[in-house]
Parts: sequence; structure tokens; C-alpha cells
Amino acid sequence: MLGTGILKGLLVTAKNFTGSYHDPKRMVTVEYPEQKTVLPENYRNFPFLVSESADDPMGTLRCVACQICEKECPPQCIIIEKSKDKKPDAAGKQQFYPAIFSIDTSVCMSCQICVEVCPFDSIKMDKVFEIAATDRFQDLLLTRDRLAKSNSYYHQIHPEEAAEVDGRLAAERKIAEEKAKAAAAAKAAAAKPAASVNPASAPAAPAPKTPPPAA
Amino acid sequence: MSCSDQTGLDAELLAFGRQSGPTVRAVHDQFHGDLLEVSMGPQHPSTHGVFRMVATLDGEQIVKLKPVFGYLHRNHEKIAENTTYLGSMPYTDRLDYLCSMTTNWAYALAVEKLSGQAVPDRAQYLRIIMGELTRLVNHSCLVGFLFNDLGTSFTPLLYAFREREKILDLFESLSGSRMMCNYQRFGGCRVDPSPAWLAAARALVDNFPRFLDEYERMLTGNEIMLARTQGVGRLDPAHAVNAGLTGPVLRASGVDYDIRKVDGYGFYPRFDFRVPLGAHGDTYDRYMMRILEMRESVKILQQAFKDLPAGPIMDPKAKIRGFRPKPGEAYGRIEGPKGELGFYLISDGSPNPYRYRVRPPSLINLTLLEEMCLGHTIADSVVILGSIDIVLGEVDR
Amino acid sequence: MSAVPFLERAPIELRDWFVQLLPGPLQWLTHHLITVVAILAVFGLFFAFTTVAERKLLGRLQNRLGPNRAGVPKFSILPWHLRHKLWGLTQPFADAVKALTKEDIVPTAADKVLHFLAPVIIVGFSLMGFAVLPFGRLLIPVELDAALLYFFAAGAATELAIFMAGWSSHNKYSLLAAMRALAQLISYELPLILSVVPIILVTGTLSTSAIVHAQGFWTFGLLPHWFVFTPWGAAGFVIFLVAALAESNRSPFDLPEAESELIAGHLTEYSGFKYALFFMAEYFGLTALSGLGVTLFLGGWQAPCAFLEFIPSYLWFMGKLVGMIMFFIWVRGTLLRLRIDQLTRLSWKFLVPLALLNLGNAAFWVLSAHWAGPLQLVRWAVSLAVIVIPFVVMGRSITTGYGPRSYRYAP
Repeated sequence: MLGTGILKGLLVTAKNFTGSYHDPKRMVTVEYPEQKTVLPENYRNFPFLVSESADDPMGTLRCVACQICEKECPPQCIIIEKSKDKKPDAAGKQQFYPAIFSIDTSVCMSCQICVEVCPFDSIKMDKVFEIAATDRFQDLLLTRDRLAKSNSYYHQIHPEEAAEVDGRLAAERKIAEEKAKAAAAAKAAAAKPAASVNPASAPAAPAPKTPPPAA
Repeated sequence: MSCSDQTGLDAELLAFGRQSGPTVRAVHDQFHGDLLEVSMGPQHPSTHGVFRMVATLDGEQIVKLKPVFGYLHRNHEKIAENTTYLGSMPYTDRLDYLCSMTTNWAYALAVEKLSGQAVPDRAQYLRIIMGELTRLVNHSCLVGFLFNDLGTSFTPLLYAFREREKILDLFESLSGSRMMCNYQRFGGCRVDPSPAWLAAARALVDNFPRFLDEYERMLTGNEIMLARTQGVGRLDPAHAVNAGLTGPVLRASGVDYDIRKVDGYGFYPRFDFRVPLGAHGDTYDRYMMRILEMRESVKILQQAFKDLPAGPIMDPKAKIRGFRPKPGEAYGRIEGPKGELGFYLISDGSPNPYRYRVRPPSLINLTLLEEMCLGHTIADSVVILGSIDIVLGEVDR
Repeated sequence: MSAVPFLERAPIELRDWFVQLLPGPLQWLTHHLITVVAILAVFGLFFAFTTVAERKLLGRLQNRLGPNRAGVPKFSILPWHLRHKLWGLTQPFADAVKALTKEDIVPTAADKVLHFLAPVIIVGFSLMGFAVLPFGRLLIPVELDAALLYFFAAGAATELAIFMAGWSSHNKYSLLAAMRALAQLISYELPLILSVVPIILVTGTLSTSAIVHAQGFWTFGLLPHWFVFTPWGAAGFVIFLVAALAESNRSPFDLPEAESELIAGHLTEYSGFKYALFFMAEYFGLTALSGLGVTLFLGGWQAPCAFLEFIPSYLWFMGKLVGMIMFFIWVRGTLLRLRIDQLTRLSWKFLVPLALLNLGNAAFWVLSAHWAGPLQLVRWAVSLAVIVIPFVVMGRSITTGYGPRSYRYAP
């Protein structure tokens, strides 16, 4: 009969109308900014640089300015300039560091490829999205001081990922230490018979280069 | 054709492309008399993006319709020639921005064919899960926007989007972004879903048919909807096949061609699903194709969740950096939600492709718009355009 | 007068007291001015709250909140309003300020006088319809013997203003759209009036207050004798509802204002406050037609049961009016737009024949009023059959070729 389809439609909308008052599935508005949705852990917005310590974020960057992310970035929004000198990293090794590290967020498309290709786990995706700027050029270029954030911040925003990264880095460091110890022991073993053979060349054997671990 | 005819044709095309002035003007046709030429300009609430239709009207009837597009051209194919294969993956997200997972998959398929890369089982199942979830997302959008064009004041659109939001939240918690997922890689997937994610996705898929039932109850029997969509925009199956149309538009005309069955890419042959076919090829059939396909997608998803094997999601031998496939060419295609989405790649051994070509289903489905609209009114032309399901990012690349 | 309860008399007595304060020559003028100002104030506010109610109700239909941000600035002394922002109730005032501050653009080639007059005429004539609606037992602005005739005449004059708007814009497409809008309005005048004629037949009068009084009985004090509870009244009411939706250009008949129909049709060249006036006229027309529907079919200011008569009559009228408007908002949120040829076909080939049959049905009803006992059941059965059978048959004939389909799957 003419009109039954229309009546059925009216009943469906009436059900949604009454449901919007008591059923949370039928009222989906989140009144931003008073209410906010919870961002999932994997959410990504723009990248940031991980630093080992919260007290000196600019000085303890994990980034060694290898420039792999700069090369792999599809829209080429990362600008890196290597430093001239070297600084010790978390494992004590002397590494370059980025004198200039800038990301142009007006170009960045949040694709996360820089994170995937970084061999040092030093660039990760941040989650802040309330970074609207009033200047179209300067404010949208995130420089090193705005990008450097501590590892504890990384744990806050991506707890599972940060735990996994820390675990992996600690394991790698342990393997590297044991390898260095074994190499030192082998060298010491090789130096002893050499010292007994040639005492003049004994002082030439260098001391094992195991510096104290950084804080 | 002589040289002078060629230049005449080019001159006409150039003049057409450059015309400016009033959006409504009178033209005189020796066959029909005085006609009205109306340009539904690129800024318009109903043209699904920056798209222009220049319609010549005889009273209310359309006698000629020229689609004008290219307003969203972003040089995607040329950029790909200067970017690595991996670097093009996030750009493919932005081609058909509603269906990023399936566009990624088509590109990954093409590159895997080019380099002979193998994909582990779990990744194949995950790709099917993401692909079918994307089909649900896309068809919800289409069905919602179709009713918006028909004149309901946003109610069916918001119901469909309510469901789509749940799927987008799933994508966000898995890949980090709701629409620009950048999820597939050459040799597998980027992120392994957690058991919590799989449980949430399963619950959503099990609930989805209830939403479809409510939606159909509201609209499919609605007499006004039947009167507005049945018999409107008929497409002859022979013309459709000749023009190279694919996807639900083709199947609504009755042609049985679904690349998931024809090619059997991924692990689709392992799944039990049916392909719905229409009989009349009008807007109502195209709408019903999407609803029926959504139901079939739910079946595929339920089977995929049940049979999902454990294992790695990425081939361990796959290279992320320094990927140089051997010289050659490959064409990888999938049954995207809009039709056959294909990527044709020619490699010359360098990290960047020599030629990168996208076969956009939206553009090719759009070529028969004039034929479908002739004899109907402007109101119908908007509805017909809505039923073809175009996304301007894909049409213009 | 003292037999009538105090609440009913209160507005009248207030007006009379004020008028008495003034000298003799001014009394007639003040008397009518107060009536006019009261109607403008009440229905002006009603229009404002209808717009916000529509947006919030549509929002709830669509699983979202409506507008709730427009609030009173911080000068208020109420502490809680800053959190709730008055639930968005000040939205219409914000919209009014916006409409008033917009630039008024008139095309250079337009006919300036007609372009200016069109919104004025449409609002004026829409408001004139309110003069004959009985809002309460004692509250009718003008007591006319030919009230219904006057109402429909005022309503028809608004259609002229729509054509003026399209013509004066000097825009070929606006003109086409105005002609389409006019075709729609003229097509639906006929079912509108034909659905009302049975009531004139049954009550024998064109006066709205007499029609309301004719519906003032209750069987057993519980069942009201409103005309909508009779078969011919129910059919007439349905036809009236459909025609009222079409007359006020509301969904599913809002083709003249459709966005997908190349801009705003006949209102393309209007901006700012003039556009707001057209909008206001549409809502006034809707309210007036709803008021008429309440008066003719739903018993006007009559209470539904005898013991509920202590609630003042104007509150009953307002309640029923609000109910009808909510129904229109509900329909707007659900239904799709009809195309112009489908619109006109529906009116001429479906509604007009049914309305004519309904007229015969009402005549039968009047002639069989004296049938006693079990013959009353026969009377009801015949009356219902005369409506339902043609409805089903004609419904089938206008929907030939359309129907649900079943689909096959690939083998």
C-alpha cells in the first residue's frame, strides 16, 4: 500500500530520536573542547626527536645526523645539517649530532617513513595536534628546540612502543658491551705473550677503551 | 582526418576549456532551437568534489553533458617518477582518499609482481580484512551521499557516517591515521593488530548487518526513493563493457565481472562469497549493489577473522631501504570498492620507477556520464553522478 | 463572563483595562493595535524558537546535539548559564543579528521596486492569515463570517510574491525556478482547499470559531468529537497535511530551495535581511497552516477530555500547534525530495480525486447522521471503504513500474 515505506522510515527516525536521549550509541557528539576523544596509542601526527634525558633534551639527542630520514622522506620536508664536532652518545661512543634539524610541517604528510627507516630509534611520531599557528611560514617550521623531547615523554605517549624500543636498545647495548669485553680480553691475552716476548713494546699496547656508561 | 580538421578540433577544445563568463547562458542549436547551457561549477555542494558539469538543457531535459575535471590534478604520476617505490606509498593514500587501504594494496601488489616478492599468509589475511573493511567504509559513504543528493536533510548520511566512524577508529588504533593509513608494504603489512583490536573489529563486523537492516528499513522501501531512482540513469551492459567500466556500476547492468573472482588475487579463492548482479542498470540497482556487497563483505570478514593464522606479517627478506627491482614491467590490479584499480609500473633497475601509471576506476566510470544523463533532468544528473561513486582525488590524480 | 475561568479571561481583561486608561477617540485604535502587537510578538518568538527547535530536533534525529553554543554573554548573573550556554536558545537572536548586518546586494539589472516589495508582500500576507485563527475561547483577533475564504485568499497572495522575486531578479535561471515554484504552489492549492470543503459542508459555516465550537462535544466525557476522528476527517487531515507541506515549500516538497538544484532558485539574488524575511514568511505560512489544521481538524482550543478543561484553551491550542510543527520537522528529517513532475502528478492525479471523493463521503456522512443503533456501524464501514479502497487502487496506479526488486547472484 502506498505510504508503508514512508511510515517505516518515520518509525526508524523516531527510534533514533528517542534513542538519542538514553542510548549512548545513538548520541555520538563529543563536545570539543570541553570533552575530548581518547587518542589511541598508535595515533601519529608530526615527528619529534627523542632525547635520553629530560634535563637536557637538546644535548642528549639520540639522533646522529645520518640523514637517512632526510633522504627517504617522500615530500622532502626534513632539513638536517651535520655538526662539525662529535659528542658521546648514551653508549659512550662519539657521534655526530644534528646542528640543524627542522621539519616543515606545512609539507610533512605524517607518513611515518622517517620513523621506519631510522636505524637509531631517534625520531618517533608525536601525538599533539593542537599546534595551530598564526604565521604561515616561521611557526610551521619546527626547529630542533621544538622537536627535542625526552624519552620519558615518549613513554608517556607511546608506552608499549617505548618499552619495546628501550628493551631492544638495552639488549643491543648489552651485546655490544659483551663483545667489547671479549675483544678486550682477547687483546689482553694476545698482549701477554707479546709482553713476555718483547718488553719494549708492552707499553705500546693500548688500554681497553671501555669508558664509564653515561648517566 | 586532414591537418586543418585536427587544429579545428583542438581549437574548439581549447576554447571550451578557457571559457569564462556567466555560469548560465543561452546557446542556439539548429536541431533543438534555443537551449540553456548551465555550468554546475567546480564549487558546488553536490558534485562530490571539485568537478564541473556543463549541461545543455532543453527546458528541463539534458541534451548534452560535458564533464570537466582536472581541478584536483596533483602530478601524482610524475612525483612517483622522482620518488622511491616506498616513498610513493603515502601518496597512494591520497589518490582515493576514502579507500586508502585498498589503494595501498593495489600498489603493493604491482610492486610485488614487479620484484617477485612473496607475502606471508597472515599478511594476506590481514590485507583481505583491511580491504573489506575499506569496502564497508566506501559503500557507507556512497550510500549516505547518494541520499544527500536525493534531498534528505543529512539523516541517512549521518547514520552511515556513524558506522563509518567506528571503522575509522579501528584504522586509527591500528595504523595511526584514520584515512591516510600507509599500511601496506612490499612483502606484507606494517603493523600487526593486537588481540584487543581483532576482538573489537570482530564485534563491529558482527553488529554491522543490524545497521544495514535498519538502513534498508528506513529507505529501500520508501516510495519517493523508488520513484526517484528506478529507471533513472539506465546503463546498457554492452556500452558499459565497451567503455571499460568496472565495479558495482558494471555489475548493476548485469555483467558478471568481479576481479576478486576473475583474478583470484590475495587469498580470495579461499573465501566463500557471492557477487550480486543487477538487471536494469539504473540508479536503484547501483545503490542496491552497494548494500548487497556490504553484506557479502561482512561474510568475508567473519570468515577472515575466524581463519586468521599466526605468523609474521612481513617477509623477512623484504627490503625497506635500497629497494631496486630488476628492470621489467608489471600491472597489479584489485577489485577496489569503486572498480578495477590498477597500477602499471615500468622499472629500469633504479630506486625510482621509470613509469608509474594509475588506472583510476572513478575516471573511467565517469566517461559514460553523458550517456546515462541524456533525457533526464538536472536533479537526476546529480543523483546519477552520485551513484557512479567518484572521488576527485582519483579522477584527477 | 464570570462563568468563564479567570485564566481564560486574563488576556482579554488585561487589554480592556489598558484601553480604558486612554481617552475615547484612541480606544478603538489601541484595542486593535494591542491585538496586532500581541500576535506579532507571540508568533515572532514562536518563529524564533521554531528555528532553533527544528535544528535541535533534527540534530537529535541524526544522533547529534543541535546548536548549543550561542549563549548570553558573560554579563549574566546566573552562574550555571556559562556552562550550559542556555542550550542554544539564543541562537535565533544571533542569526537575526547576522542577517541584519549582512550587506544587501541588489543586482544592477534588477527591477528595484519589485525586488524590494517581494519579501515585504510575502511576510505581510503570511501574517494576515493569523487574523482569523481562534487561539482560545475568547481570543480570536477578528471574527469574520467568511474566515476560511479570507485565510485562503491571503495564502494565495504569497505565491504572487514568489513570482515577483524570480521575475525581478533579472536572472534567467531564477525565473525558471520561480515558475517551477509557482507550479508547485498552484498545484497544491486545490487539494488544500478541497480537503477543507467537507468541513464547511458538515458544519455549514465558513467561520473558524463556529467550526471549533462544532467540535466541542465528548462522548462519555472522554472521546472528543474532533473531525479528525471521523473517516472523512481523517482522510481530509492527511490530504491537508500533504498539501500544507507543499504550500510551505518544506521537505519532501522543497524543490524550489534545493541545494542540488543550481543554487537557491528564485531566492538566488537575495541576501541578508531580505533572505531572512523570505525564510520568516515560510515559517509564518507553515505556522498559519498548522494553526488552521488544528482549528479545523484537531478541535482548535478544545480539550481532549472533559475533565481537562481547567487548562486554559490557548494552552491547548499552542500545544496542538507545537505537536503539528514537530510532526513537520520529523517528516523533514526523514523524507527525500520529489522531482517537479512527480510533485505535480501526485497532486493532480492522486490528491485531487481523493479529495473530491472525500467530499462525497462527507455528504454521505451528513445524510446518514440520523441512522440509529447498528446502522451506525454500517455508516462507519461505508465511510471508511469509500476512502480506503480508492486510496489503495489509485496508490497502485501511480506507483506502477516502481517496486522493490530481488537480485540474483553470479553463479
